[in-house]
Amino acid sequence: MAECHPVGFQWVMEAKRRGATIIHVDPRFTRTSAVADVHVPIRAGSDIVFLGGIIHFILENERHFSDYVVNYTNASSIVTDEFLDTEDLDGLFSGWDKEKCQYDPKSWQYKDVEVGPAAGAREMFTGEPKSERGVQVGAKHTDPTLLNPKCVFQILKRHYSRYTPDMVERTCGVPRQLFLKVAETLCANSGRERTGAFCYAVGWTQHSVGVQYIRTAAIIQSLLGNMGRPGGGIMALRGHASIQGSTDIPTLFNLLPGYLPMPKAKWDKNFEEYIKNNASISGWWTEFPKYAVSLMKAWFGDAATKENGWCFDYLPYISGDHSHMTTVADMASGAVKGYFVMGENPVVGSMNGALERQGLRKLDWLVVRDFSLTETAEFWRKAPEIERGEIRPEEIATEVFFFPAAAHTEKDGTFTNTQRLLQWHHKAIDPPGDSRSDLDFVFHLGRRLKKLYADSRDPKDRPMLDLTWNYRTAGARREVDAESVLAEINGYTVADHKPISKFLELEDDGSTACGCWIYTGCYEDGKNQTARRKPGTQQNWVAAEWGWAWPANRRILYNRASADPDGQPWSDRKKYVWWDEAKQQWTGYDQPDFIKERPPRYRPPEGARGLDTISGIDPFVLNADGKAWLYAPNGLKDGPLPSHYEPEESVIRNPLYGQQCNPARMEWHRSGNPYHRAWDDAEFPYILTTYRLTEHHTAGGMSRWLSWLSELQPEMFCEVSPQLAREKGLRNGDWATITTARAEIEARVLVTERVPPLRLNGRIFHQIGVPYHWGNTGRVTGDSANELIAFVGDPNPSIQESKALTCKIESGRHSRNRRAATSGPLAERMSGDQGAPRDLPSARRD
Amino acid sequence: MSKGFFTDTTVCIGCKACEVACKQWNQLPYDGYHFTGMSYDNSVDLGASTWRHVEFIERPVPLGGQTAGDFSWLMMSDVCKHCQRAGCLEACPTGSIVRTEFNTVYVQPDICNGCGYCVVACPFGVIDRLPDDGRAWKCTLCYDRLKDDMEPACAKACPTDSIIFGEMDDLRSKAGARISQLHERGMSEAYLYGADAASQPGTEGLNAFFLLADKPEVYNLPPDPVVPTKKGAQSWASLAFAGVGLAVAAAAAVLTARTGGRS
Repeated sequence: MAECHPVGFQWVMEAKRRGATIIHVDPRFTRTSAVADVHVPIRAGSDIVFLGGIIHFILENERHFSDYVVNYTNASSIVTDEFLDTEDLDGLFSGWDKEKCQYDPKSWQYKDVEVGPAAGAREMFTGEPKSERGVQVGAKHTDPTLLNPKCVFQILKRHYSRYTPDMVERTCGVPRQLFLKVAETLCANSGRERTGAFCYAVGWTQHSVGVQYIRTAAIIQSLLGNMGRPGGGIMALRGHASIQGSTDIPTLFNLLPGYLPMPKAKWDKNFEEYIKNNASISGWWTEFPKYAVSLMKAWFGDAATKENGWCFDYLPYISGDHSHMTTVADMASGAVKGYFVMGENPVVGSMNGALERQGLRKLDWLVVRDFSLTETAEFWRKAPEIERGEIRPEEIATEVFFFPAAAHTEKDGTFTNTQRLLQWHHKAIDPPGDSRSDLDFVFHLGRRLKKLYADSRDPKDRPMLDLTWNYRTAGARREVDAESVLAEINGYTVADHKPISKFLELEDDGSTACGCWIYTGCYEDGKNQTARRKPGTQQNWVAAEWGWAWPANRRILYNRASADPDGQPWSDRKKYVWWDEAKQQWTGYDQPDFIKERPPRYRPPEGARGLDTISGIDPFVLNADGKAWLYAPNGLKDGPLPSHYEPEESVIRNPLYGQQCNPARMEWHRSGNPYHRAWDDAEFPYILTTYRLTEHHTAGGMSRWLSWLSELQPEMFCEVSPQLAREKGLRNGDWATITTARAEIEARVLVTERVPPLRLNGRIFHQIGVPYHWGNTGRVTGDSANELIAFVGDPNPSIQESKALTCKIESGRHSRNRRAATSGPLAERMSGDQGAPRDLPSARRD
Repeated sequence: MSKGFFTDTTVCIGCKACEVACKQWNQLPYDGYHFTGMSYDNSVDLGASTWRHVEFIERPVPLGGQTAGDFSWLMMSDVCKHCQRAGCLEACPTGSIVRTEFNTVYVQPDICNGCGYCVVACPFGVIDRLPDDGRAWKCTLCYDRLKDDMEPACAKACPTDSIIFGEMDDLRSKAGARISQLHERGMSEAYLYGADAASQPGTEGLNAFFLLADKPEVYNLPPDPVVPTKKGAQSWASLAFAGVGLAVAAAAAVLTARTGGRS
């Protein structure tokens, strides 16, 4: 965190000054470890064993927060009789379809009920509910004593029974005593009086089982009662500025603003079907239609009416996965014509650079908007394969358009970061020359397209013509006013165009329009609430008047859980929101995340619908049953509970299950993307992990062009331990060549004790660290680490596995004629592996 | 008014924001792109165009109170110490180097003639000449910002408050409190370097002092820095003594020779 989020890390240091214990778990000893109280070196790719070990420790020693667990989690829910665990099936859950390589989650459900997930893979499991969903059913099949062998709590106990301290030591390389110290510290700092928080970043997400890493932490935090309480939670440290914002108002293929699912061609035939498939019968998602209708009104204005299904058929329907890797693979196969790249540098920042460039070479056109001529903009003349003479620029037909972009200081707008806080930044100066903001570019592109279609009478052009696009512009450059976009996101009443102040005011009758329901209130009273900057010293410690946090300016989500079932604070020390008996409402330091007048003793009557189903002890209102899910009966493509799977490329065999890797992971079987499928293989004996350095920013477009930053980390390097350096004859400051199944890169050697070898089962394993910032344009250049990484992904968010893979390392520079897997001898050698069966037990190599 | 820095190295995360903020505010040139292989330190030392420099020290010794094996990684943002008795200032023959109204040491670039006496007179090796103009440069403690009541760029940019700017008396009391806190928490090795004249008589105390967790030498700091001019009187006395001695010896030689000649 100190490495990649130094500014946010000031609060960690502040906490440490006040006595907090900082534990840092990382394969390397980083700048974070330097100031942490405890550093735990871990084998990259083994975190579920480590975290599962903590769950085992909590349950074994009965350290869970019992009142919290019984009332606020689904620990007591009874699961179907058909459910079988990975303990029963040697690494698979029940419902595995060997042919389709995916799960049918029917057997994971609560007994006699079909629950839809609040988020995640909703599209897989929607359809006609078989019976009532949510809380009513929970009341029917629960066991508050937590003793029923089919209840979640007991399933959890059995599932993690083998995740012992010894298993942690053997699998993660973390000494038993060190592990116990971490587990004990965490438990000692949880409960009524204390809370503990987890912070994670892409070190957790970029794995073929990344979502389950975070789920494991969620289980720990729910067992310890650390959710919805001050000082608790799980902080997702986002990759760069406003990445949280670009999830809320998504740049993702499968979401509409505010986490509404993108329509699916197969199911969502019309608006009614879409609503039926996505609204819930209980919990907060019963409000879904209001958000969907308001979004359509914001986009299509008067054209959207109840009669025409709110113009729902104007929206594109998705027919499958269109995530980054899938799209680039399609591109390389010639199925994609054009590509917009805005503020991103996929040739360096995404995986398997050679395959990325192969994709770009097959395009008709490419638009790049950036500050500098990044590797993506220059792929046609400054790429490794062009330097090697394999490809000649004149053979590339792609037409490349480069637009200079404005920096954040040169435009107005918001940043939404980790804590869901929207902070407005004001333009300080005009961008130089032709540089413009992305907002301005998109606005004027839309304006010109609308002009182009203005005379069309073709019904298929109606979406373009009906799209509302009347944002304010100002100045000689006709720059679009970012605040007018914020006003639309906030929402307004259709009749008199007044800003809406909270999402409770949104309606499903077309009387309100709203660009993103969770952002409603950010422009309350027509004032830009995100621009508020009242210093912390002039308000209470929650600091509600600094910026604006979604939803409803709430600083801690699910904060009903900060009070006990009777609505009183768990302790004075951790007081946050509580039930005011005199006023008959929830109150506190923050906006209570609950129905304001709903008393703690309320229980839904038989046959309740909508928000009436939320009982007084259901803090997690977005889930259909209002409870924190220790066990996810739905929504994940790779299982209801996190199980340890080795990375696609691992140095060891899975010590827990016969199933080596996540069975549901995404793979791309093509010649440019070979995998190293063997374990314990002398050819690729080392573990490789990638990361960022404080001195550079992601793919380098903002930092490798600046001398003051470039001089601080001028060259691509790799970090190796003195032991490995001795073994392989690597000399500090000299060159080394690192090879994976895909490619070969060269880097300077930095010999350091900070990447210690690990002892697993008595054997020594080496890890090699490589930062990924370099490429071949800019003031400082070098090989890109991401050339080494495969297209292989977590099935839930389609994120690549770049934090744990196998490699070899040799002293010296690489040979220029043998490098990428998309061409040359490596590809030929690995080609026999293509289409090899996935590592189901029968296909394992011994 | 006496202004300065208290740099608490135990909260430094080595982000180098101070180095960059300093270069940007003072518009200093970059020093070339050289991979050194010395931990994460590629700017190596303080110099004419590097007025803040973060050191990275990997050492096979655990830090007090930390559980991380037999290892720790120290980071320290180094800077001109703005000595109470400044060697550079006393050695400057042109009067270019002055003590400001903030009790800091400042080089006036329009007066500096590039003689370089200050370079050898600094016990910390801070001040240096730029090869292209020959003049001596070092941290100004952002004199221009102080004039406008702004804190120096490095302290402003420091995210963890490792670099604290302020009145010297305040800084000393903050530093004292921090030392007691660290001692209580088991980091018994923490101490202040150059906080006052009593602990560092050779410089009579530093307006940029440090909280360290190991011996000064580990951080590339002299254990007992002494401003050369501080030894001026002693040097003159030695010289006089030597002169007298030589005279006596010469006289004796002459006398002996004469006596010898006679015999």
